[in-house]
Amino acid sequence: MTRLEKNDRLVRLGLLMIALSAISVLAIITLFIFEQGTPIMFRYGFKSFLLGQDWYPSEKSFGLLPMIVGSLMVTFGALIIGVPLGLASAIFLTEFSHRRLTRILKPVIELLAGIPSVVYGFIGLMFLVPFIRDNFGGPGLSVLAASLILGIMILPTVISIAIDSIRAVPDSYREGSIALGATRWQTVRMVVLPAARSGIIAGIILGMGRAIGETMAVIMVAGNAADIPGSILAPVRTLTSNIALEMAYASEEHREALFATGVILFIIIMILNTIANVTSTRQRKK
Amino acid sequence: MKQRGILVRDFSHYYGENRSLNNINLDVYRNEILGIIGPARSGKSTFLACLNRLNDLIPGSRVEGKILVDDQDIYGPEVDVVALRRKLGMVFATPVPLPLTIYENIVFGVRLLGNNDRGELDRIVEDSLEKAGLWAEVKDRLHTSALKLSGGQQQRLCIARVLALKPQYIMLDEPTSGLDPISTMKIEDSLRTLKKDYTIILVTNNTKQAARVADRTAFFLMGELVEIDETRVVFTRPSDKRTEAYLEGKFG
Repeated sequence: MTRLEKNDRLVRLGLLMIALSAISVLAIITLFIFEQGTPIMFRYGFKSFLLGQDWYPSEKSFGLLPMIVGSLMVTFGALIIGVPLGLASAIFLTEFSHRRLTRILKPVIELLAGIPSVVYGFIGLMFLVPFIRDNFGGPGLSVLAASLILGIMILPTVISIAIDSIRAVPDSYREGSIALGATRWQTVRMVVLPAARSGIIAGIILGMGRAIGETMAVIMVAGNAADIPGSILAPVRTLTSNIALEMAYASEEHREALFATGVILFIIIMILNTIANVTSTRQRKK
Repeated sequence: MKQRGILVRDFSHYYGENRSLNNINLDVYRNEILGIIGPARSGKSTFLACLNRLNDLIPGSRVEGKILVDDQDIYGPEVDVVALRRKLGMVFATPVPLPLTIYENIVFGVRLLGNNDRGELDRIVEDSLEKAGLWAEVKDRLHTSALKLSGGQQQRLCIARVLALKPQYIMLDEPTSGLDPISTMKIEDSLRTLKKDYTIILVTNNTKQAARVADRTAFFLMGELVEIDETRVVFTRPSDKRTEAYLEGKFG
């Protein structure tokens, strides 16, 4: 073997080790969470965790339903706000705006992703929460506030993936449609969006993953009461907030119950990621 | 004397600073097949795009001169571009079925007009596919994806899709460039039949195809119309040396 070949093998081996170590971190985290979180679930029964409505760790009551419902509510709320806005922006930037404008606006939108979540939370707390309290009633710290903040936070994900998948639609489809007498908007609605659909859906699901995993901004504006919210103006606690709020002082079973919260969160996010992967591969196959 | 359908007068087209068509003058007669031949980048496709204003889609596109279609100046201020594009149906070099079913591809343009009558749509689909010579092959799978058809079938589908709009002119931009000889023959057969009801402009980089199907042939070179005449005349006694050289394969 020449020296060059030996070198090559060494580099390959080194890179392999690095790649493996990244993957092993994921494996270790997964194992750790499950190892810490599942025993208590077996002890008290899955049903009491998934469907129990009372979260009183000091009294050994570990019902996670309010947090599961809370996470789903704010995530769904974020989608209601973020998806139409994001999709509309993406359509405008790809199909209707001047090329130069797109070149300026797209990086600006992507900059949104770089703002630390605590800043979003802070702005929400200073402006959004009082606004909701004064205009709609309730404490202001609410499902609505969390949904609005998260809706804005997922915009960069939704927009940039939607832009990519709309751009991936061949121009020949557009020309074909316009040559058949369709207007730009008809072309977008009837040809471009259906063709880009699975990519757009994948983007939405990734945004959803971002929304469900977001912690800091949500803690700051959601109010964090561990009850199933009766309206969108009521305070809410999410799975992530539950862990972040109590981990610092939890011990023994309380601590284990927080890991169990992590397990449930983990499973929800895995499901979302798998759906995103499946839909985006399906598009590529077409 | 044949009736004139399209009149092109002193027409030039620019992409930004580059002139892609230079002072074109020609007429298209009704119910003829006008072949347009010429080497790559001679302005043939641009010429078609100018006729139904698809060139509007290209930033920096600019025109001079006039094109009259059925006595209407198509660059005039009151032109309904959508109606114009329906009147001059266009078939592209690469068949581009939309990612829909065969049926939906054909009724796409019809639906845009707000026509949703099932019975009538069915009739239009059968009629257009029949005229494009595709009906027998696909009548049992109208509701499957058009993307599964072969290249030749896709191209005939695109022709059917244009026919469904009841155009008066059909413009084809190298419609058989990616097809095998049998598919090419089928499409050429369809064109000969369609001539009875439509005026056809056929851009082709295959001179033999023009010789086979075109009534008259125009030769474009570097954005200029070198000559236009009866196909027989162009191919046997071209009046311009450049035409002769091109037909003999000396360049292009």
